[in-house]
Amino acid sequence: MTMQFNDETFRGDYTYRNSPEAIRRFPFPFDQDSYMYSVNIEQHPGGPQGSPFEHMFDVDEHYVAEMRDREITLAEDPLRCQSLPHMELAGWDLLELIMVSKARDYPDLFSLTRDGNDWHWVNKPMGIDKRFTFLDAATLPYGPMEYITRQTQGDFALLHERDGNLWMDAGMVTSQADWSLDFDVGMNFFEWHAPVPKARQMGVFDKALKFLLAVGQGQHYRRLNWTMTVNPRLDTSPENYHKWGPEKRTITPENVGHKQFLRVELQTFFRLPRSNALAFPIRCYLASLDDLVTQPKWGRRLHRVLRDIDPDLADYKGFAVNREVIVNYLSQYDDGEPTSPGIFPED
Amino acid sequence: MTKLALKVAAVEQLTPLVKRFRFEDPTGAPLPVFSGGAHITVEMPNGDTIRRNSYSLISDPYDPSGYEIAVRREDTGRGGSSHMHSAVAEGDTITVSVPANLFQLDLRARKHVLIGGGIGITPFLSQLRQLDREQKPYELHYAARSRAEAAGIALLPEAAHIHVHISDEGNRMDLGAILDGQPLGTHVYTCGPEGLIAAVADQAARLGWPKSAVHSEAFTAPPPGAPFEVTIASSGQIVPVKADQSLLEALEAAGVEIDYSCRGGACGRCETAVTACDGQIEHNDHWLSADERAAQKKIMPCMSRFKGTRLELDL
Ligand code: HEM
Ligand code: FES
Repeated sequence: MTMQFNDETFRGDYTYRNSPEAIRRFPFPFDQDSYMYSVNIEQHPGGPQGSPFEHMFDVDEHYVAEMRDREITLAEDPLRCQSLPHMELAGWDLLELIMVSKARDYPDLFSLTRDGNDWHWVNKPMGIDKRFTFLDAATLPYGPMEYITRQTQGDFALLHERDGNLWMDAGMVTSQADWSLDFDVGMNFFEWHAPVPKARQMGVFDKALKFLLAVGQGQHYRRLNWTMTVNPRLDTSPENYHKWGPEKRTITPENVGHKQFLRVELQTFFRLPRSNALAFPIRCYLASLDDLVTQPKWGRRLHRVLRDIDPDLADYKGFAVNREVIVNYLSQYDDGEPTSPGIFPED
Repeated sequence: MTKLALKVAAVEQLTPLVKRFRFEDPTGAPLPVFSGGAHITVEMPNGDTIRRNSYSLISDPYDPSGYEIAVRREDTGRGGSSHMHSAVAEGDTITVSVPANLFQLDLRARKHVLIGGGIGITPFLSQLRQLDREQKPYELHYAARSRAEAAGIALLPEAAHIHVHISDEGNRMDLGAILDGQPLGTHVYTCGPEGLIAAVADQAARLGWPKSAVHSEAFTAPPPGAPFEVTIASSGQIVPVKADQSLLEALEAAGVEIDYSCRGGACGRCETAVTACDGQIEHNDHWLSADERAAQKKIMPCMSRFKGTRLELDL
């Protein structure tokens, strides 16, 4: 089965849309009717067939449009992609991981042929056919991390391990929930997490860092994080806050269903072999409230989660201003029935 | 932990005390490549239990065709190395973990100085291949009392920036001379006896090197000690720990599942909560902080032991 890719935009006229199949496979992040920070980490890949958890790097109907959006963001602001000199090797490790995984998991879309360090990569959806020498950056148009992440959905942070901590020494970040690579580059795990409320005091970050340092080769993990975004915009960066921040004020009871999106990040962790660095892909999925309430379980649960959420979290995630409108709208879809455990839709 | 079932492709006696082992995939499939300084954990059946020891990889990190380790026979040790020497032969099947690294190179360094003593040369053998591949400047110093004790010489390539210091031959290693005058941004790595690690750290501190530029291989083999007992909180089961067994090994032998990686007190994987402690935990790991040790609320079963009347673990 060949995948159909949407022709859609994530800015301006915002023509982004989810097909009914895309809605059903949406990584709804709540496994119960309430939410608080926790060390919610599980093994990756692994999940029902067709779910975004099935493969190492999920490719979906938004692939080509997302890559076009990344290109626009990078052209306006090249600092969204940075790699300190010692991270080039980690970039090669990441390129290998992605190419090998995609060619294996989506053979009708990607292929990789290797003869020693002579590699031949074909990316059919993007019309790329490239021969290059592995570990020789002169044979690619960009550094290895930039080359492969211009062809892979989601943001990427590459973490260097030293002094018992992780340091954000490289990244490709164009679809972030209001944080900046240019600000965070060179920081360690506690420094870049400093703005997050409550979690440090709860011990979440100490435990999470210990866990990450112990992630070994061949053991991959994931966690889900979420926020709320007005309009289907990938680039909700601090750099461009003037463009999207004011859009929060455009929400009304009439348009909230199609303008307010739940933004879910599928975050994965991979130990890279040659560099011993950690790769942290952050894949963004967007679904409007209207999309979500097509699944009755999600409508009920999202209503309860947002109604009862800690105000500090609503503030930090930036939707406190619209919370009441959102909760009122969702209340129509909550009949008070119990919800089943787990994140997947019923039936 | 991801494991690999490999074939022993070659065994070579390098010196009277040291053997080199080469492992390959039985079907010739490529093995995961790794980074300089990485180790694997090798499983050795030992009666009805399995002994697991970690060994540094000494082969080319970017070569997926096989893994090589060097094992020194320790007749007084806990038996892992003597098992490797006496019972493992070419053609055998052996189970190993995928590589993990607790002693990686800091690739930010302008220059790398590697200092090894005794069998503590092993992690440097993969590191120097990685440094060659990455075309990074480095020098390696290997120290031993006598040529007979210098098992590592047989493993070292000959090159201008590789220096062997034999004290019996009047060629004692002079740490001051090695570290003084290195370019700013040099990192030093030490592996070997505790005394050597401390001496290098001391010398570097005296010369004003930043702490973050001084690295050492933290993991060591679990020390033997007096036998003791632990209680499993969830089941009430009592697990005896023999003198030459680690607590982790005893738990595994008793069928208690417990996570691990390095088995040398450095990675944190085996950290276990203590629910009751009437006595003194002997913390031999490099993972818990001084405060955590004093509190006796946590133990690292791969390395640490206990003296007292009752130790109950949250398992
Ligand atoms: C090395 C991998 C990781 C990277 C690169 C990373 C990066 C980030 C960044 C950049 C932010 C935004 C902070 C800001 O407001 O400026 C963030 C938020 C956060 N991170 Fe991480 N993180 C990592 C791993 C983890 C893990 C393992 C946890 C586990 C609990 C975690 C928990 C959180 C939480 C709870 C937030 C707040 C998110 C929200 O409420 O929307 N992070 N992270
Ligand atoms: S297994 Fe690594 S600290 Fe115990």
